[in-house]
Amino acid sequence: MRNELDLEFVGLTKRYGGTIAVDEISYHFATGTYACLLGPSGCGKSSTLRMVAGHESVTAGAVLLAGRDISHLPPARRGTAMMFQSYALFPHLSVTDNVAFSLKMKGIDPAERARRAGEMLDLVDMSDFAARFPAQLSGGQQQRVALARALITEPQVLLLDEPLSALDPFLRVRMRAELKRLQRELGITFIHVTHGQDEALALADEIVVMNNARIEQAGRTRDVFDAPRTSFVARFLGSHNVIKLPDGEIAVRSDALKLRAPDSGQLQGRITNIEYQGTHVALTAAIAGDQDVTALLSDVDFFGAPKDLGEAVGLDWDRQAAHPLTA
Amino acid sequence: MLSNRHLSGWVLASPLALVLVIFLVAPIVMITVVSFWGATEFSIYPAFQFDNYAFLFGSDVTYRVFLNTFKYAAITWVFTLLIGFTVAYFLAFHVRSLKWQIALFLLCTIPFWTSNIIRMISWIPFLGRNGLANSTLISWGVIDEPLEWLLFSDFSVILAFVHLYTLFMVVPIFNTMMRIDKSLIEAAADAGASGWQTLWHVIIPLTKPGIMIGTIFVVTLVMGDFITVRFMSGSQSANVGRMIQNDIGLLQYPSASATAVVLLITVLMIIGILLRFVDIRKEL
Repeated sequence: MRNELDLEFVGLTKRYGGTIAVDEISYHFATGTYACLLGPSGCGKSSTLRMVAGHESVTAGAVLLAGRDISHLPPARRGTAMMFQSYALFPHLSVTDNVAFSLKMKGIDPAERARRAGEMLDLVDMSDFAARFPAQLSGGQQQRVALARALITEPQVLLLDEPLSALDPFLRVRMRAELKRLQRELGITFIHVTHGQDEALALADEIVVMNNARIEQAGRTRDVFDAPRTSFVARFLGSHNVIKLPDGEIAVRSDALKLRAPDSGQLQGRITNIEYQGTHVALTAAIAGDQDVTALLSDVDFFGAPKDLGEAVGLDWDRQAAHPLTA
Repeated sequence: MLSNRHLSGWVLASPLALVLVIFLVAPIVMITVVSFWGATEFSIYPAFQFDNYAFLFGSDVTYRVFLNTFKYAAITWVFTLLIGFTVAYFLAFHVRSLKWQIALFLLCTIPFWTSNIIRMISWIPFLGRNGLANSTLISWGVIDEPLEWLLFSDFSVILAFVHLYTLFMVVPIFNTMMRIDKSLIEAAADAGASGWQTLWHVIIPLTKPGIMIGTIFVVTLVMGDFITVRFMSGSQSANVGRMIQNDIGLLQYPSASATAVVLLITVLMIIGILLRFVDIRKEL
């Protein structure tokens, strides 16, 4: 379903001297998608985001937004807005002035600026702090202000550079819900860069897994998680076992592994670790070829037939739960 | 135990306190005391009288000299600020690699490897009546007669001040600029700010503490200077430092002390006013 307002990468490339940061990636984001660029540090996800924002020049290829090539426009004329990892709030300006900064640059009169900044602060629930300065706010509050400041430019695409990484785990989960709510209400495209798979799975409609300057796999979040195509993706998304079999590698989700009696099932193993996780029990077993696999059992299943360390078990899975991997 | 810790605190603080008392507080106290003494043509005698201050404030030479000193300070401040800010801005935001930043920064400090006096005096052959500047301009046909105001004038005094003290502006401003988060500049660009708008609305406000520290350096140095004014004006202009130096030359120590006290109070007031504008504590 292509739409006129979509964001698209066409052979997007970034080179720094001889090193390639982003290697000819192409992808199409439908309007109103919450997309996560996911990958380990140095995989090129941040460079990609910064090229979209206009803070990094495009070496080759193009970024298209709403049908026009925005690769060489100044940041403010692209229809994108960026929320920085460190929030980059102006320390010498009050919350209101920070949010209204772009309006001031456009020469909009003070009354109108204050009104629209007020609306934005309402949207992110920060009206009570309008007169404060960034140094007087907590990390989560600063982030809301940064969001308001980015959104006041009425962008078609909001770019978020590891927005949750500076927050403590509790706040992270709350801001996650907040981001998702905002994106639903505004109906614009969010491109969110992260190295946390849980964050990506929780938020994204689509994920783009990057590795070594390339897109390793991309698509609807569930499609990618349910059927990883490479061992990198399976390992990076977690909750998967990558198992080397004589006829190639496969990925099997930990919760799709079933325990069988020794000498039955498809693999034989010996239990090396049992980890109680509350609702689940994670069982690690050593199998042939010096490999470890983890089976995630519900607590009811495990304590119904408890196992001990060192016990031999058979491991089994449904045929459709196994995904052959290309690399 | 508690009194022990109390004691060790005092002991740790005492060397620095001692140094300050001996080399800062005691001389100032001494100058203040002497400023109330009396003097004849050939002797000075301890007293507590306000004659020196009465004479100082009663003479219109004092006001003219102070005014001249303020003029030097103000003009020098404007030029050192403009040049210092520009150099610091270039170093901090245009030179990308740390290696080049350090190299260029060191280059700025090279003139400081020689003494003030040498740097100052080297202007004289350049600016003199038959100096390099005049002869070059004449040979280019820009002027027919040598320019008289190049040397031994307010122009040469201020030129020397600017030359001597610009680095004192560059260093604190550069230091503050280096602490500005580069993503703030990107955020400003994101918000549609032009280069000038970013400069005016983001960089200058955030550089204020550095500007203020540089201002304090330059203003106090110029206000207290006497040697530059003497050499570069050919003893034709005066500032407060020269006035004090004259009194000392005539062995009028009480009068010199009184002028010094007034100058000290004036400079402290200027700094007090400057500090009301900007909080430099977060810089230190």
